[in-house]
Amino acid sequence: MSNIFETIKNWFDSLAHEFNFVFIEDNRYTQMITGLENTVKITLGALLIGIVIGIVIAAVRSTYDKNKERMRRSGSPAYFILAFLNFICKVYLTVIRGTPVVVQLMISYFLIFVSVKDGVPVGIFAFGINSGAYVAEIFRGGIMSIDNGQFEAGRSLGLNYIQTMFHIIIPQMFKNVLPTLCNEFIALLKETSVAGYVGVVDLTKAGNAIAGRTYSYFMPLISVALIYLVIVMILTALVGKLERRLRSSDH
Amino acid sequence: MTTDTVLIKTVGLEKSFGDIEVLKGIDTEIKKGEVVVIIGPSGSGKSTFLRTLNLLESPTAGQIFFEGTDITNPKIDINLHRQKMGMVFQQFNLFPHMTVLKNMTIAPVKLKKATKKEAEERALSLLERVGLADRANAYPSQLSGGQKQRVAIVRALCMQPDVMLFDEPTSALDPEMVGEVLDVMKALANDGMTMAVVTHEMGFAREVADRVLFIDQGIIMEEGTPEEVFGSPKSPRLKDFLSKVI
Repeated sequence: MSNIFETIKNWFDSLAHEFNFVFIEDNRYTQMITGLENTVKITLGALLIGIVIGIVIAAVRSTYDKNKERMRRSGSPAYFILAFLNFICKVYLTVIRGTPVVVQLMISYFLIFVSVKDGVPVGIFAFGINSGAYVAEIFRGGIMSIDNGQFEAGRSLGLNYIQTMFHIIIPQMFKNVLPTLCNEFIALLKETSVAGYVGVVDLTKAGNAIAGRTYSYFMPLISVALIYLVIVMILTALVGKLERRLRSSDH
Repeated sequence: MTTDTVLIKTVGLEKSFGDIEVLKGIDTEIKKGEVVVIIGPSGSGKSTFLRTLNLLESPTAGQIFFEGTDITNPKIDINLHRQKMGMVFQQFNLFPHMTVLKNMTIAPVKLKKATKKEAEERALSLLERVGLADRANAYPSQLSGGQKQRVAIVRALCMQPDVMLFDEPTSALDPEMVGEVLDVMKALANDGMTMAVVTHEMGFAREVADRVLFIDQGIIMEEGTPEEVFGSPKSPRLKDFLSKVI
């Protein structure tokens, strides 16, 4: 019996020793903190860009889908502008969803923003553009899933297209897409782990660097995994809470 | 209650969906204060006719004059005219994310027709009239079908429209709730509201209508007072229709 306790105690002792060696010596934990900061910065910045792009594209695409028949018949010039914008959006979606995010990131860093040395803003840009494509389709699906009667009710009261979208459709859409949007956020957070390709010290890169320096892989990599896991769990809990609150206002 | 002022006038109104001609030339007038009930078999175009009146369906040909303005003219701002035309749908179409009160006040407030306070006072007095004053802060999902439709009616009234369009307002209701909605509509008609009602409730048509339109195959096949239409139908199609529904 005492043997088992002894073994466990020894294991914890060696773990503590390893932790001390890997993170505390030479203040290596500061690299992890910098990495975490960069990961959070890139994720939040990209999410923000993604949502803005998503709203714009979803608005263009669903406006086109809803009105193309009527507008084509009336032959107004607005139809051709909208059709052109819709085409641009489709090209964007196809290209972005059809290529790996690492490749997009490297193209941004090495080809587009050649003179920018800091990888963090480039990362925000590249991941934002990437995320925008997915968020756009999430929002568009959300808008299309709202019963057309809601739209007609808004218009019949005299609200114009934009007012109806803004006050009637989008609030309902947002609630419907929240779980999917949360999924996208989680995916984005984890995708940023390739930011190291363009020299950004993100969480993954920091862990890897420490592992390389100390020749100890267990502690840094497991720590990195645990930090991602904890962030995702906190996020999921927050969104769950928000969802419950939105639902309670509805029933 | 009918006056001589023409509120809505349609001239040669046509509507096609692709190759299917739904309306094949409708000419009619709705006078201020008049209650016009539109009947006809399903697929006859009666709902489409009603929905073209506020341009929820844009006509393929013909004109619609509302208060003297041709609203089929693409240069006019249809939103201004829709503010004067209340509409009630078969499926209620209340906004599920808003309370009853917000459902009613959102349009007048956002369109600057009333301050928030004025709109809420008006909404509460309208709710009082339809016996739902205590449900002002409820959400639509907490209401019965009949209550939802009564809210939908007062939501449209909150914009103080000149005409009310009803698109089969009782067709989605459980039978025991039809009466409460029809009562509200009757009271509205007695107050002198101009109404165009698409319905299968022949009792309502007999009792309340000033004029009944029988639409079939995209045209007005027959029209007249309820006595004429129900008492002495002329066309065989109307006779056939009435024999099936009454």
